Amino acid sequence: MSSAEEKLLKQLSNDEGAIIQDTFVWSTSVEISHQEVVGAVKSLLVDAYITAKESTTNFFVLSKEGEGIVSSGESQEISVFKAVLAAGVDGIAMKDLDGKVGKAVSKIGMGNCMKSKWIGKNGANLIAKIDSIPEDSVLAALQALKGDDSGSSLDSKLLQNLKRRKLISSVSRKSYEVARGPSYSPVRVKKAADLTKEMLDNGTWKETQFKSYNFLTLGEKVGGGYLHPLLKVRAEFRKILMQMGFQEMPTNKWVESSFWNFDSLFQPQSHPARDAHDTFFIKKPAETVSVPEDYYERVKEMHEKGGSGSIGYRYDFKKEEAFKNLLRTHTTAISSQMLYQLANQEGGFKPMKYFSIDRVFRNESMDATHLCEFHQVEGLVADYNLSLGDLIGTIETFFKKIGITQLRFKPAFNPYTEPSMEIFGYHPDLKKWTEIGNSGMFRPEMLAPMGLPENVRVIAWGLSLERPTMIKYRIKNIRDLFGHKVELARTRTAPVCRFDTTGTVA
Amino acid sequence: MPTVSVEREALFVQLGHTYTDEEFDELCFEFGIELDEITSEREEALKSLGEVAASKLSKVEIEAMSAAVIYKIDVPANRYDLLCIEGLSRALKIFLRDMDAPTYRKVEPCDGARQVMKVLPATADIRPFVVCAILRDVTFTPERYASFIDLQDQLHRNLCRQRTLVAIGTHDLDTIAGPFTYDAKPPTDIEFKPLTHGDRSFNAKELMDLYLNDASCKHLKPYVPIIYDAPKYPVICDANGVVLSLPPIINGDHSKITLDTKNVFIECTATDLTKANIVLDTVVTMFSEYCSDPFTVEPVDVEYTNDAQSPSYVSPQLFARNETADVNFVNSMIGIDLSPSQMVTLCEKVQLGPARLIDDDKTLEVHVPPTRSDILHAVDVAEDIGIAFGYNNIVKRVPKTSTVGGEQPLNRLGDLLREEISRAGYVEVLTHGLSSKYENFTALRKPIAPAVELSNPANIEYEVVRTTMLTGLLKTLQHNKSASFTKGFKIFEISDVVIPDDKHVVCDSIVGAKNSRRICAVYAGPTSGFEIIHGLVDRVMTLCEVAPDKEYIANSAKADEEKYRVARDGYTYTITESKEDTYFPGRCADILFTSPASDERVKIGSFGILHPEVLQNFDILYPASCVEIDLEPLI
Repeated sequence: MSSAEEKLLKQLSNDEGAIIQDTFVWSTSVEISHQEVVGAVKSLLVDAYITAKESTTNFFVLSKEGEGIVSSGESQEISVFKAVLAAGVDGIAMKDLDGKVGKAVSKIGMGNCMKSKWIGKNGANLIAKIDSIPEDSVLAALQALKGDDSGSSLDSKLLQNLKRRKLISSVSRKSYEVARGPSYSPVRVKKAADLTKEMLDNGTWKETQFKSYNFLTLGEKVGGGYLHPLLKVRAEFRKILMQMGFQEMPTNKWVESSFWNFDSLFQPQSHPARDAHDTFFIKKPAETVSVPEDYYERVKEMHEKGGSGSIGYRYDFKKEEAFKNLLRTHTTAISSQMLYQLANQEGGFKPMKYFSIDRVFRNESMDATHLCEFHQVEGLVADYNLSLGDLIGTIETFFKKIGITQLRFKPAFNPYTEPSMEIFGYHPDLKKWTEIGNSGMFRPEMLAPMGLPENVRVIAWGLSLERPTMIKYRIKNIRDLFGHKVELARTRTAPVCRFDTTGTVA
Repeated sequence: MPTVSVEREALFVQLGHTYTDEEFDELCFEFGIELDEITSEREEALKSLGEVAASKLSKVEIEAMSAAVIYKIDVPANRYDLLCIEGLSRALKIFLRDMDAPTYRKVEPCDGARQVMKVLPATADIRPFVVCAILRDVTFTPERYASFIDLQDQLHRNLCRQRTLVAIGTHDLDTIAGPFTYDAKPPTDIEFKPLTHGDRSFNAKELMDLYLNDASCKHLKPYVPIIYDAPKYPVICDANGVVLSLPPIINGDHSKITLDTKNVFIECTATDLTKANIVLDTVVTMFSEYCSDPFTVEPVDVEYTNDAQSPSYVSPQLFARNETADVNFVNSMIGIDLSPSQMVTLCEKVQLGPARLIDDDKTLEVHVPPTRSDILHAVDVAEDIGIAFGYNNIVKRVPKTSTVGGEQPLNRLGDLLREEISRAGYVEVLTHGLSSKYENFTALRKPIAPAVELSNPANIEYEVVRTTMLTGLLKTLQHNKSASFTKGFKIFEISDVVIPDDKHVVCDSIVGAKNSRRICAVYAGPTSGFEIIHGLVDRVMTLCEVAPDKEYIANSAKADEEKYRVARDGYTYTITESKEDTYFPGRCADILFTSPASDERVKIGSFGILHPEVLQNFDILYPASCVEIDLEPLI
């Protein structure tokens, strides 16, 4: 407890009605700086030990020059007049005056004497116009202010004049009238902010008074690390797909041959998606080293001449086109490899469900919703005699798990699926119908060269991971989600990823 | 997906029915096209001008533009018959059963003498094929004429691959005389007045140079390289030597089509004969609608003087064929249960009629008209029956396929470690897989090493596939300068880099590169945090059940938890001082890994204090340490 606080409380302890009229005056009397007293007042107010009324006092202080006049006993104009009067009727030359009273005094004093018409000019010399020394009103006023700094007894014009001459300045001071408050006690008990180990050790927690707690401020930040929102959604999607019995595909392969990325999917070599406008091709290593030879021949045959009930595309299939390396444009390049292996594994084909979530690359113009790399979610089921109805049912099961229950299907075109459907869903967050994915059944021209039995059909659907994440976490620009410009505060504040909040088992 | 713009009122006139925008949108959805945008010529013009330029237009100028509503409709990329208002409205009317699909017929000329196109051998080296057709007694209106031109543009853009595969030329037959010749000649030997400059004649070489440089011809510039450097340019002339066209660039002015043209000669030159036939069939099936005898076309004899180039043929093909589909197959494929006769009826809606049942009603035989080049297989028939039935009427089922879900071990470990590393106070980031060479190597004080390099990078930032994860993390730090570093700033990422590797086999294939999964983490703060990163290395190893070598922890005061350690037999690691230019001298270590699979210690990563020059290159103001570890050996 500061000594100011102690003394203040003691002062008020004399009798119940005790008050301190003006803390400034009081502070002088107890020889503590006023600033310290004000600090004590504010602190005591918080705990209602005292009440205080703020008041403002205006007063004057003398400048250095003003103090100089008081100590020399006369104002500059009196000094000058005295010198001029002493010079007699001939007067005094200006430089002689400077010599007599000093240059600073001469300059100010002469002007004031002239203004008051105490002196005048006679040629180059100054002569007195009156013959007795006038009253020194400036000195008198300054002396009066030394006694009563409020200036209440002085003429306001005179005070103005002194201010203009920078002999005095006006100052205001805040001080308080202090009386006992509702919680007054002659000795202050400091309240504790928190329970400490020391209090537990020495038992003082029992007597300690605790400060009241402000419940309307946020708690401390928890610190620690955080997971990225997109990858939280990825983790949830993986979980959902695995619950549905899907097995993850090894998609850690970004560089792909045109053969697996396009040709194996029965996408013709002249298809626009194979333009440099859409696909990133590789300069180094520009060419694929090898693909399965027999399978390559069967794919080529299917493109050129057809087979298995298809008339094919009827064009010259070029190896240099098939062997061009690229950054995969979809994870379906891997799906194709998995189906090829499924057809050629020991023991032959067995029904299977596959999924993957991984990066793909497109040479698209970049904007608020497109980057040249993004994550594709893909699921497929390979089994005997699957139908479009099975695909619709599978898609519904998946989307229900991510909170989208109303779906519609639009006929669409995709080079490697037939039939193909665009998936539209009523989005509960956007509150509107929107395209949410693509789907279809892989064409027989894709499956037959792999060696899959004729009645094995493969249904598949896909969507991007970024779009549902942007909707979920209310992100408008994809650059705020993916890449080095992401605001880490967004990662820190992202909630957990769950889609079904009703608590039912979906 | 191509977009077709049609005037709404004109479309409704063609359809013989008016719709609200919502109703029409619904119809599109069921049919499988998409009403993408509703606009007008005025709106489009103002939009393309931009706000500033548009604000300078006077009220009169704006009002002069048509306010007629335009539908922009996305059509499937394999439906060339939907690229013009004629085909679009025809397909919708047939779908709605407001009309039967037309039968397209070839009609021989009244005098019995077909026009002839002679193909000379010189064309074999530049553009070997041509197909032709004649539309007789056509009535053009300004709208029909515009649509005719638009369709050619659409086809050139899509199926013709910017005229490289096929180029279409159309001519007023009454201004020229057969037989016609398709030849290839030295460019300076070809002299004609082009459509762009009807007032003067050029030789082909001059013309190409003009198109390359003249701003008013910039729409032709992209096609010039298709033939520019060839010693001989393809050219089509009539019996009198009049140049019809210089494919695939420009037609002659002499034979140009006008609103008054009655008889249209169409030629399509090509490097792909199949596509040329599809293009020609599309043009004639669409615009024969306006012949006095609708849906008829007059054939032309295309005679090759060199059989090796191609046998001679009559053109157009009007390629129609029958396709069969097993009734059970269609039902099973779509997941419906239609009777054979119901299928026959539905075929009428999707231009596959007349269809009939054969083989004891077990097989559906449909007629594929020349407009439906997209039909390759019975599945295409099944799809169309599905569309005619309505996708949203199909009863959904869930496949009975019983399988067990599972995850890739590498992804599983990655996800488990992500949780643990974030628990250790690191914030996860997600950075780009593509990088500039400078940032991937030079900025890290590394020499340029082999990396997968793009041949058409979108910009300099994406030249190579990253070979290190560090760049992305340092750029993240650079962009989070305003964050508080006083308690240390920790970020991490687990993802892939790609290393050139011509031995790596996946699915019996070698592409010449291999993904490598990495853990990368960076600490930045008032001090370097070297020990903090070192601690993370130990933590990751502990999590992966890998024990420190005895000698490594022999002197460690922090070995108090060793007695609780659980590790796999034979899996150990140690660290050893190393030198890498990315790191501060004397503050860099390699992580060496021993497993039962190999007798030797293998380096699986490194960590250290980043060199101040590296920090400077990424504009990072605080000392920082980092680690990058290969995850695959730790599975």
